[in-house]
Amino acid sequence: MRRSHSNIHHFNQFRWLQSKPADRLSADRLSEAKIQLGTRCPVSTVEGVETKASRLRLVLTLCPALTMMLTMFGCSVLHATEPASESSAGVNLPEQVVQIDAMIEEVWDAYELTPSRNASDSEWCRRVFLDLIGRIPSVDEVENFLGDKASTKKQALVERLLYDDAYTEELARNWTTIWSNLLIGRTGGNANGSMINRDGMLKYLRDSFARGKPYDQFAHELITATGSTAPGMDDFNGATNFLIDKVNPEKGSQATAATSRIFLGLQVQCTQCHNHPFNDWKQKKYWEMNAFFRQSRAMRGEMLSSTETSATLGDVNFAGESGNNLDEAEIYYEMRNGLVAAAWPVFVDGTEVDKSGDVSVVNRREKFAELTIASPFFAKAIVNRTWAHFLGYGFTSPIDDLGPHNIPSHRSLLEYLGNEFRGSEFNFRQLLQWIVLSKPYALSSKENRTNKSDDPLLGETPKFSHFYLRQMQAEQLYESLAVTTGGAKKNLSWEQQEEIKNQWLQQFNRAFGNDEGGEATNFNGSIPQVLMMFNSDMIREATGVAEGTLVWDIANSSMSQKQMVDAIFMAGLSRKPTRDEVALAKSLVNANNGNLPQGLSDLWWVILNTNEFILVH
Amino acid sequence: MNYKTPRGMNRRHFMSHLAGASAFVGSAMAMGRTLEANAQTLTKNRKAAILLWMGGGPSSIDLWDLKPGASTGGPFRPISTKGDMQICEHLPMMAKQMDKASIVRCMSTREADHSRGRYYMHTGYVPNPNIIHPSYGSVVAHQLGSQRPELEIPAFVSVGGGSEGPGFLGMAYSPFAVNSSGRIRNLNLGISPDRVSSRLEALKMMESGFINQNRGLAAIEHAKVLGKTVTLMSSEQMKAFRVETEPENVRQRYGDTNFGRGCLLARRLVEASVPFVEVNLGGWDNHQNIFDTLQNNKLPELDRGMSALFEDLDQRGMLDDTAVIWMGEFGRTPNINGNTGRDHWARSWSVVAGGAGMTPGVAIGQTNEDGTRVEGQTYSSEDLMATVCKALGIDLETTFTSTSGRPMKIANSGKLIEGLI
Repeated sequence: MRRSHSNIHHFNQFRWLQSKPADRLSADRLSEAKIQLGTRCPVSTVEGVETKASRLRLVLTLCPALTMMLTMFGCSVLHATEPASESSAGVNLPEQVVQIDAMIEEVWDAYELTPSRNASDSEWCRRVFLDLIGRIPSVDEVENFLGDKASTKKQALVERLLYDDAYTEELARNWTTIWSNLLIGRTGGNANGSMINRDGMLKYLRDSFARGKPYDQFAHELITATGSTAPGMDDFNGATNFLIDKVNPEKGSQATAATSRIFLGLQVQCTQCHNHPFNDWKQKKYWEMNAFFRQSRAMRGEMLSSTETSATLGDVNFAGESGNNLDEAEIYYEMRNGLVAAAWPVFVDGTEVDKSGDVSVVNRREKFAELTIASPFFAKAIVNRTWAHFLGYGFTSPIDDLGPHNIPSHRSLLEYLGNEFRGSEFNFRQLLQWIVLSKPYALSSKENRTNKSDDPLLGETPKFSHFYLRQMQAEQLYESLAVTTGGAKKNLSWEQQEEIKNQWLQQFNRAFGNDEGGEATNFNGSIPQVLMMFNSDMIREATGVAEGTLVWDIANSSMSQKQMVDAIFMAGLSRKPTRDEVALAKSLVNANNGNLPQGLSDLWWVILNTNEFILVH
Repeated sequence: MNYKTPRGMNRRHFMSHLAGASAFVGSAMAMGRTLEANAQTLTKNRKAAILLWMGGGPSSIDLWDLKPGASTGGPFRPISTKGDMQICEHLPMMAKQMDKASIVRCMSTREADHSRGRYYMHTGYVPNPNIIHPSYGSVVAHQLGSQRPELEIPAFVSVGGGSEGPGFLGMAYSPFAVNSSGRIRNLNLGISPDRVSSRLEALKMMESGFINQNRGLAAIEHAKVLGKTVTLMSSEQMKAFRVETEPENVRQRYGDTNFGRGCLLARRLVEASVPFVEVNLGGWDNHQNIFDTLQNNKLPELDRGMSALFEDLDQRGMLDDTAVIWMGEFGRTPNINGNTGRDHWARSWSVVAGGAGMTPGVAIGQTNEDGTRVEGQTYSSEDLMATVCKALGIDLETTFTSTSGRPMKIANSGKLIEGLI
C-alpha cells in the first residue's frame, strides 16, 4: 500500500517560506529571515520545497512575530486566502477558477448544452491523482478523501498533492515524464548513436519540478543550455539534452521546429521548404527563426558505457554560411523558384536582433529565449497544453498550433489564462491548481441527452460539458501498478526505478527515424496493449499472491469477504462495488474452491482489465 | 514464440472455453454510429493488399525514374528490366520482376513534411484538426475484413512499424503491430482454463456495466478490442505469424533482414486471409551521403525482399488477388545538396504498384529531363488510393458517415490512375 499520511504532520513548520506562490520570497529575504529566526529554522534543508497554504496559516497563528516580520517585508500574507466566490469545489476559490467557470459556461449557454452532473467524489479523486501525480490513489487516500466532510476538501487535496513533501517526489516524477516525452520523446536517448543522455534530461526535469521552478526560468534554461549532457561530468547541465540532438543536423531544423512548437505553440517547420499553405507565414520567416540556432554546436564526447554517451552543447562564433561575415552572419535558403535568399535572425513577431555572429556581441539563443518569454504565445502555449493534459483536449487542435489560421474554441479564456499565468510570475503549480479546481474538470464523464454531441471524436470542437474519456498513459499504468506489486522495487534508487520503467516502456515505443523525431506508441488501446494487460509478467506480478502484494495484504487481513471485495474495488476503481458487482465478485472468488487469495487475484485481474480501470474518467 | 495452451489442455478444449467469452460487445451496445452508408452484398472477395511503406521519403529519382546525364541525376545508371521501363542498376533482382509491377512516375503532392506526408499518403486526406481519417489498412480491414467471418486474427497487420491509425472507424480497425520475426508478446495466460473462462465472464459483465452508463465511444471501443484479443489468443490462425517455420531456401530468397522477413510474413498473412498488411522499411530520410547509403545499405535490402515477394506471390498464384504498393511520404529533391544528400520533395516523384489485376510492366506518366516537374497528367495520394481500392474490388461510391453526419467518401473521391487499371 501507499505510504501513510502520518508524515504530513512531521513537516518543518518553516518550509512554506520558500516559493509558496502568493508570497514567494527572494533568496536574500529568506536568509534575512533565517538570521532573525536564529538556528531553529533549518533553511538549508528546505531549498525549493513548496508546502501548503494551510500550514502557512497554522504557522502564522503559532508565530505572531513572524507575521509581523512578513508584513515588514511587504509580503501579502493574506494573499493565500484571497477572497473568491463559491463553486463546485467549495468555498474560497481563487478568482481564476471563478473566471474559468464563467467563460466555459458562456459557451454551454451559447450551444444550449446542459453540462453533465459533477463526477462523484471518488471519480474526481482518482482523476486528480492520475493527472497531478501520475497514479491512481491508494485505498487509504481515497477513503481519507471520502471521509473528509469539509466543504473545502477538494482544495485541500489539491494543495496536498501540489505542496506537501509527501507527494513532492511523485509530483516531480509525473511532470518529468510528461516533459521528457515532450522534449526528447519516449525514444529519445534510447537509440544507438543518439547524443541524448536520457538520465541527464530526467535529472534536470525532476529537479525543476521538485523545486517548483517558475516556467519562464525553466524555458530559458532549456533554450539556452550549454554544458555536458551527462550526469557526473564537470559541466553537467541536464537541460542541454533538449537541444543536443537537434542543433547539428540539417542546419538546426529540429531545434527551430521544436522550440517554436513547444514554447510558442507555433508550427514553423512547414514553411521550411515553401510558404505556409494555410496562413501568411512565409518561408523567409522559418529561416529567420532558424538563424537563431546557428551559433549552436553539439559535440560528441566520450562513451560512458556501451550505451551511454556524453556530449557537449555550446555556442561558437558564426561567420555566416559564406564563412567570412562575422559582423553580419547570414544564412542561405533556396526558394521554390530555385533562387537563393539570405536571412538573419528575426523573431516571429518581426523583432530583429543584431546580425553579428560573434557570441560576445550577441548570443542568438539567449535572444531567442528572451523574445520567446516576452511573446504572448509563450503563456498561451503552456496554458493550452496544460488544459489539454487535464481536460483531454486543448482549445486548439493540435494543441501546439496556435497560429492565426487555427481559431481557438475558447479564445478569451485562453487569453485570460495566459495573462493570469504571466501575472503569477509563471507559477506552474498555480496554473495546475486553477484548472484542477474548475467546474469543467469536476464534471462526470456520463453524457446526458443534451451534451452527447459534445464529443471531439465526432469532429466537434470541445465545449467541455462533460469529461472526455481518455486512456491512461503507459507511465500512469506502470506507476499505478507499482503500488500493488509489493516491495521488490522499493529499495532501488530513483535512477534505477526510472531505468526499469524505461526498459518496460520500450516495448510500446517506436521511432520513425526521420528528421522530425516522429514516434508512435503501441499503448493506444490496441490488441498488443490488451495482451499486455491480460498476460504480461507485470500483470502477473501485480495480481500475484506473494507476500507484500495487494492480494496478499487483503487476503491476510482480518476483513470479512465483503470488505475484501470492497478493498479490491477501492484499490483499482476508487469506489465500492454495486450490489451486482458484489455478487459477481463473490461467485468469482468462490469459483476457486475456497482458495481465497487465488479468488481475489482473479477479481483483481478482472478489475485491472476493465475499461473503467484503464480509462481516465 | 509460445503457442502452448495452458497446461493439461488441448487447444480445442481451450478454445471452447474462450469461445463464449469473445463477444464483448452485444448488439445492444452496437449503437452510437453507423459507419457505412452503402451496405453492399458482394460475392466472396479474396483480395488483399500489401503496402511496402518506405518511411522517411525514398529518393524515387534514384530508384525508379533515373535522370542519367542531368545535373540532378546522381551517379546511378539505369538498367533494362523485364517490363517496359528502366530502373536503377542497384535493383537487379527487381528488374527481373518488373513485368509484374508498374511505376507511376507522375506523383505530385503538396505535403513535404514527414508527419503530414505520412498522414496524407496513408489516408488520402490532408490532416484536419477536427477529424482523424482512417488509413489504407483500416479502410481495407473495414471493407474486406468484415466479409471474412472466419478470420480470427486482425484484418490489418503492420510489420516493423505502426502505420497510421483507424481514425473515426474506431480501434477495432487499428493496425496490429508486430515485428518482422512475427513474435507476439504475452499470448499465454498461464492459468487453468476454468479460471480463464470465469475471469473473462466476469470481465464481460464489468465491461458492459461501464458502457451502459453512457460514457461514450472509448468505453465501447475498449470492449471491442477485448473481444478481438480473446479471439486471437485462441486462434489456430496465429500460426501464420510463425515465419521461422518457412523452409530455409524461402527465407534465404527473401533475405535475412527485417524487411525480408517482413515481406515473407506478409505473404503468409495474406495466405491466411488477412486483407491488409503493411511492411515497413525506414531509413530513407537521406539528407546526407545518399548514394553511399542507397547503394550499400537500403537498395540491396529492398531489392531482395521486394523481388522475392513479387516472385513468390506470382508462383503461388496469389498475385492476381494481391495488390502490392511501394511508397513513402514523398520523394527527394532532384537537386543534390551540399552534404551529398537530397531533401524532401513532393512535387514530382514515383510510386510502384502491381498485382490484383493492375496493369503490369509499364511506366505511367513522366517527369521532365531533370526530374523537377511532372510533364502532363499528375496523380496524388487519393488517386492512388482510389485505384488500389478499385483493384481490390471495393466500391468507390462507399461513403463513411460518423454520427456528426459528415459523409466521407472512400479514398477522398480520388480519380483512377489511367493506364494502371
